[in-house]
Amino acid sequence: MGRKKEDTGAKDVDLGGGSGPGDGDDVWRWLTHGGIRPALTCVAVFAILVRAAVALHSYSGAGTPPKYGDFEAQRHWMEITVNLPPGEWYRNSSRNDLSYWGLDYPPLTAYQSYVHGLVLKFLDPSSVALFSSRGYETYLGKLLMRWTVLSSDVLVFFPAAFWFLSAYWVRGGRSRCEMAWHMAMVLFNPGLILIDHGHFQYNCISLGLTVGAVASILSQKDLIACVLFSLALNHKQMSAYFAPAFFCHLLGKSLQRNNPILEVLKLGIVVIGTFSIVWWPYLYSSDAILQVLSRLAPFERGIYEDYVANFWCATSILIKWKRLFTTPMLKVFSLTSTLSACLPSMIMQIYSPSSQGFLYALFNSSLSFYLFSFQVHEKSILLPLLPASLLAVDEPSLYKWFAYYALLSMFPLLLRDGLVLAYAALSGLFFLLHQTRWERRGARLAKSMTLYWISTKFSLCCGIGLHLVYLTVPPPEKYPFLFEALIMIFCFSHFVLLVAYAHKQQWALLKSSKSLKDSEKKSL
Amino acid sequence: MAPPRTPDAATTFLWQIGVATALKLLLIPSYHSTDLEVHRNWLAITGSLPLSDWYSPSSPGSNPSPWTLDYPPFFAYFQLLLSSAASAVDPIITHLHLGIDYKSSSVIFFQRCSVILADSLLFAGAYLVSRRMSGPARWTLWMLIVWSPMLIIVDHVHYQYNGFLLGWLLLSLWCLGEGRDLAGGILFAVLLCFKHLFAVAAPVYFVYLLRRCFVGKGGFMRGLGRLTVLGAAVVAVFASAFGPFVYYGKMNEVISRMFPFGRGLCHAYWAPNFWVFYILLDKFLSSVLRRLGFEISLPAASFTGGLVGDSSPFAVLPRITPLTTFIMVLLALSPCLIKAWSNPRPKLVARWIAYAYTCGFLFGWHVHEKAALHFVIPLAVVAVQSLEDAKHFFWLSIVSCYSLFPLLYQAQEYPIKVLLLLLSTILMFLGFSALFDTNKASEASKASALGKGGQSKKSKGDCAKKRGFAFGWTGRAYLLGIIIVELWGQFFHPYIFSNELPFVPLMMVSVYCAVGIAYSWLWQLRSILAFS
Repeated sequence: MGRKKEDTGAKDVDLGGGSGPGDGDDVWRWLTHGGIRPALTCVAVFAILVRAAVALHSYSGAGTPPKYGDFEAQRHWMEITVNLPPGEWYRNSSRNDLSYWGLDYPPLTAYQSYVHGLVLKFLDPSSVALFSSRGYETYLGKLLMRWTVLSSDVLVFFPAAFWFLSAYWVRGGRSRCEMAWHMAMVLFNPGLILIDHGHFQYNCISLGLTVGAVASILSQKDLIACVLFSLALNHKQMSAYFAPAFFCHLLGKSLQRNNPILEVLKLGIVVIGTFSIVWWPYLYSSDAILQVLSRLAPFERGIYEDYVANFWCATSILIKWKRLFTTPMLKVFSLTSTLSACLPSMIMQIYSPSSQGFLYALFNSSLSFYLFSFQVHEKSILLPLLPASLLAVDEPSLYKWFAYYALLSMFPLLLRDGLVLAYAALSGLFFLLHQTRWERRGARLAKSMTLYWISTKFSLCCGIGLHLVYLTVPPPEKYPFLFEALIMIFCFSHFVLLVAYAHKQQWALLKSSKSLKDSEKKSL
Repeated sequence: MAPPRTPDAATTFLWQIGVATALKLLLIPSYHSTDLEVHRNWLAITGSLPLSDWYSPSSPGSNPSPWTLDYPPFFAYFQLLLSSAASAVDPIITHLHLGIDYKSSSVIFFQRCSVILADSLLFAGAYLVSRRMSGPARWTLWMLIVWSPMLIIVDHVHYQYNGFLLGWLLLSLWCLGEGRDLAGGILFAVLLCFKHLFAVAAPVYFVYLLRRCFVGKGGFMRGLGRLTVLGAAVVAVFASAFGPFVYYGKMNEVISRMFPFGRGLCHAYWAPNFWVFYILLDKFLSSVLRRLGFEISLPAASFTGGLVGDSSPFAVLPRITPLTTFIMVLLALSPCLIKAWSNPRPKLVARWIAYAYTCGFLFGWHVHEKAALHFVIPLAVVAVQSLEDAKHFFWLSIVSCYSLFPLLYQAQEYPIKVLLLLLSTILMFLGFSALFDTNKASEASKASALGKGGQSKKSKGDCAKKRGFAFGWTGRAYLLGIIIVELWGQFFHPYIFSNELPFVPLMMVSVYCAVGIAYSWLWQLRSILAFS
């Protein structure tokens, strides 16, 4: 941990130098002068305010019949779950037309829709009336829907973030300013705010549950982590992007204990128990389970959709995957490539599980899944963005650049939703908040190579250029999706660079911890 | 005191502005009042009509919108400037007929952005007025002004240009504080030509500047010379504003637009001022007298009906005329004027001006609740000067921000206004405790350097406890009472009375806030008298 050690040392000196609040040109020092709690409250209140302000903007499919968008999908699920018995939720019937936004997330999402649907039914019954409520977009209806997301975020994601921070910062006695900054980085994740409170989804719940699971792993409560992560998986199956990291970290930890088999068994029982509780209404027959499962894995939709910045879509310009191969073959391809892409980080976690390595493994496995797995959506970039935000203190630049490219990769989608203004304001806000760390990283920045500086500035300008071109220039008639493809390839290439860098960093942890152990042995 | 780090400080100030601007941009699609349409029509009037017709009454042919220009000429010139940009963005915005109730995103985006840009004057004012302050005091003052929830609510949600106008006032305060009386006077004259409602502080300016002309170096003749220059400059400012209208012979139109005394004593929603108590007393007396068997005829236009009229709706108490309110404001101002005359100190002038606006708010004719901004923002400059002022400001700004809540009556903005108030409360608390706990700590360290021994240590501890940024139980109870009033208005009242007595929650807000603002007035009066 050579470099990191130096870092903490520098920070300690920095803290000792002028911790008086009077020296308050630095916003974080000023904010934390009275203790960490008011500072975190302040950050959290501002984060809620920003979310409430983003919720004023447009959403996916606003006023576009007949299919509308994600907003209508979520509302429709509330309508279905409130009015039909659980057995019918995933089944096509005269009362539940699965071709109109049929439920395609696991049961926990359905339960969440049910609870929210009950609230809506109480306050505005017509918003969830069966059939007649399709395309319901009244002032009150929209507002209540927005408030369900806001309340889910505040009730699930925020406590999880608090817990994560307290678990993360218990390790080292580093400065309070860093902790408050870290809080801001986790809560002002621009992608998450835009998709949940702008576009309209409930990622805050599944990601919040994942953050909770990470926090419990950091505080050595592995069984609770299993419960929370199983819940996350049962809210959105995409949480499986994190599964390799959780699996390998917990396996690695169990192997280091006295009785590995018993440990693994305990974890397995907890996972199976959680799953069976969540799936209870469908456990009466294998038919019902398969019915739900078939809804969750839409293999018929092809290996990629639209212009997602992953391997399959980027290489499809050269190799027409969809034409050359059948779907079963592509399934095998994507499975092997995904697993091999996250294999190095999995091996590292089994071999030497560590909290720090676990956070990198989360990032690596989720980004590998995004890049190589089957049927990835643009919005799935939120999954790797989450561990990047958790790693913000150790890898500030990684988080900054990754957030930048992740936002760019979602730009066409958000433009369609009419969220350009929110996009611009939130990106500005995020980079301003991120910026405040520069003062304390001055030394490292000065050391940075000019080549690195030039290349990052170059891609920054390219990214801004792509934004502007996409906004203003009409595409040539022959290639109507030229700019989408350019954005996709640009983001994809940077994602590959970042995932390679993160793998390197994760393995560097292993080396540094080894050399640390060696030196300890020698000194003994 | 830490040496001033100018470049650093400027960067952090810009950073604060950047973060606040991001929030303001996010608020663009929020609810806006008819003021947006009013200002749009002003863009159309100034952009499309010749100057001589700007203040003419609305007529179906040339000026069809009912929203006539009722701000002084400088604001009209400012609108003219904006309208040239607006017609480049979208020509319909400045069209007198097609533009009426134009709801396209271009007009909203343009007008909201113009407010955001015009706020730069507010920031310039805040930056300059804090130039000679210590690091933490500057930081706190900036935060008070940049994150003022009232400004965000009124300007960036409800829609107005108060930030821009208050920027002129802050610039004027800066000049007065530096002892540059001429520039301060000119800037205030400019402000009056932007919005004449700021004239409430004119008596203070007049007395202060008049006295200042004669206290400087040189004898009576030098003073007279200074007075002449100042007077000439102010006349020049007014001439440049009103000159063209005098030339066209349209001054009577300008005057009748600017002073619509046809409006009633109170606005539909009662601003939390003295007249609230007056109306309540009237209601109370009339009901008591009726119970006692007296014949009391109920007035036709009742205040609770929300009607605005020029008839006096009082049953028992004497009718209030604009002249009465004018005299009351002057009476309330007089102690401050005497102080300004006897000892015109630049350090105290911000306090006096804020006090003048408080008097205007409390006793004025047809006061709008938004006018609370006129004293809250100047008081922010005062607040960073001492612990007592900070406590007063903390308390007052919460009360007056809460009194603005009825402006945003729609459900969509409810979380936004509550969170804005909450955020600014936390920020104020952090700022003031950083500011005054350091002072306390440095005093404590000084004390410990001087004297030693257990006993002195203990008394010092007690002293420190008293001096920190904290509130007594009355202050806390009053602030908690706001929560109760709000909960009553939002939940219990609709639940218990359903649709009956719809005016009661609003009345409770204005009565409750009026108590607070009246207390603040007394407090300010006392603090002004205490300074000698």
